[in-house]
Amino acid sequence: MKEFLEGSMAVAKVVQLCKPGVISAYPITPQTHIVEELAQIVADGHLNAQFVNVESEHSAASVVLGAEAAGVRSYTATSSQGLLLMAEVVFNIAGMRLPVVMTTAVRAISAPINIWNDHQDAVSLRDAGWIQLHAEDIQEAVDLHLIAYKLGENKSIMLPVMVCMDGFLLTHGVETVNIPSQEEVDKFLPPYKAPYKLDVENPMTLGPLVDPESYMEARFALNETHKEALQLIPKITADFAKIFGRTYNGLIEGYQLKDAERVIVAMGSVCGTIKEVIDELRKKGKKIGLLKVTSLRPFPANEIYEALKNTPKVAVVDRALSVGSFAPLAAEIKASFFGKTKKPKVISSFILGLGGRDITKDSIKEILRLMTSKERQGEFIDLKQELLKENYENAV
Amino acid sequence: MKTLFNSGHTACAGCGQSMAARLVIDAAGSNTIVCNNTGCLEVFSTKFPESSWGVPFMHSLFENCAAVASGVESALKYLGKADTVNVIAQAGDGGTADIGLQALSGMLERGHNILYVCYDNEAYMNTGIQRSGLTPFDTNTTTSPIGVNSTGNIRPKKPMPEIANAHGIPYVATASCAFPLDIQRKVKKAISIKGPKYMQIHVPCPLGWRHESSQTIAVAKLAVETGLYPLIEYENGVLAAKRQITPKPVEEYLKAQGRFKHLLKNPEEIKKIQEIADNNIKKYGLKVETQQAA
Repeated sequence: MKEFLEGSMAVAKVVQLCKPGVISAYPITPQTHIVEELAQIVADGHLNAQFVNVESEHSAASVVLGAEAAGVRSYTATSSQGLLLMAEVVFNIAGMRLPVVMTTAVRAISAPINIWNDHQDAVSLRDAGWIQLHAEDIQEAVDLHLIAYKLGENKSIMLPVMVCMDGFLLTHGVETVNIPSQEEVDKFLPPYKAPYKLDVENPMTLGPLVDPESYMEARFALNETHKEALQLIPKITADFAKIFGRTYNGLIEGYQLKDAERVIVAMGSVCGTIKEVIDELRKKGKKIGLLKVTSLRPFPANEIYEALKNTPKVAVVDRALSVGSFAPLAAEIKASFFGKTKKPKVISSFILGLGGRDITKDSIKEILRLMTSKERQGEFIDLKQELLKENYENAV
Repeated sequence: MKTLFNSGHTACAGCGQSMAARLVIDAAGSNTIVCNNTGCLEVFSTKFPESSWGVPFMHSLFENCAAVASGVESALKYLGKADTVNVIAQAGDGGTADIGLQALSGMLERGHNILYVCYDNEAYMNTGIQRSGLTPFDTNTTTSPIGVNSTGNIRPKKPMPEIANAHGIPYVATASCAFPLDIQRKVKKAISIKGPKYMQIHVPCPLGWRHESSQTIAVAKLAVETGLYPLIEYENGVLAAKRQITPKPVEEYLKAQGRFKHLLKNPEEIKKIQEIADNNIKKYGLKVETQQAA
């Protein structure tokens, strides 16, 4: 059913349809609307779930870890500092092979403290072992939650999945969204049957001490599973399309790629702005395109290679830093072409939209202007030069 | 003997925690799920691919067993099994009183039907005898070492039973591995009560306390008999029971352990420790002669 909804409301509704038995969260802007709505849904008796109000994100993640270990589908959501506080548990959940689904309302990291959107929180946890999917708009955010449960709970995967949606831009934005029916969701996502769990009828030890004799194999297996997920994601999105009628690749998506001479690579809601610029400039004969990365983990390097191997000029938009090194997404895009004979002549890297700095169509056009034969390395767009001249020695 | 905590684990000889852990789980029974913080117990009982545990057991992290157990208990509620399966969260003293205190407080405040057990060996033994919030005053540990300017740990034990009790929970108890039947009675009582319960069990560590491994029970008993480790029970916030003693001087306890050896020629410091015991005796009414008829 089509509804005009705030992103957080839409996500709460789709989580309700996925029927988690345990929900636990701690408030942090801009995640709060999602969990407030779920608390109301539970309070109104529309969802049979235990809603556990905890004293920190560390405990929110630990509660859903425990619930999943007891064999019950569960859900949490966080953002920014909250994600960093639960980081230890986030790694643990992946290592314990528990298919938690979490929404990250993607937000900047302190200091300076800033509640607005960039990708630093989620990107900083890219090595935690979770599958990490980034939504472009509210509809995709809704649909990725369904895909997340289906994927994470697959017996050959058994991994947690983080659905990232840009804080405020998507969590508080309002769009027309297609919310599926319970029948459709039930058809796509059957009740969760855990292959292993804490069960007094069949006692087992979870989370044992593993010494150098076996640790490597456990981590190897985790890494291999991400390779399997690369194969499985397009199959799941194909199943999704059959039931819900919306088509996603789930790994990457191209827009006007076919004859594009210049392609911008990006994640999240900025892709919408880039598409608008493409539409505008295509009318003037400019051959430009977009490659959207939906799945940051597993990273679809081969798919990216195939999509861009004949593109002359590529620019990567990063909304996060790997301070002291290459921008995180740009580094991985470049690595996808390492040692290949076919590759773009130029892969430039741009940083923009940190801490909620607006990314306008002009920001994108500036990138296009800078996509020359000269390779740009981590160049900041929309920097205020006048602020950079300030010196603490002059501070009163 | 049939037990839910099997031998063959790698605990040190004379480990008080391994004894207490066995007593706790055998009293709780097979219908129990255990969530354990990182620490000696998890390390010596679950080295892959072996496990001592005859019940479902999960270790996640150092500080989160109370929250993980909250998740397990919530899942059991969702499954309609909350009244038939016991949940125990357990940790050492550091995992309880220091790094795990926030998660524990949350668990107690939320009213989960969980028994939390703190095995109190009074320092971070797994990492090599560093002081914790439950290390006694003047204890010589690797991070509260004695020296020209130091007689050991500068603060007395954090009053964890009182902190737990202040949450308004139905049951709080202390116990000692010197009194095994008392541990089991308290565990059975605790799991018969709905809601959050806190138990703190004194468990000597021969390595960290520096006594012979054959002396674990004797040392633990002296802690109780001197008034330094009062055995008490709070029910619904009220002191409901206590083990009465004819107090022995604290020196008897101190001289049995290397960690207090530096105090034996320091009457000033012994006096301070005697005061801690005297305060406990007064506060809880531990002395036999002063007891009113029960």
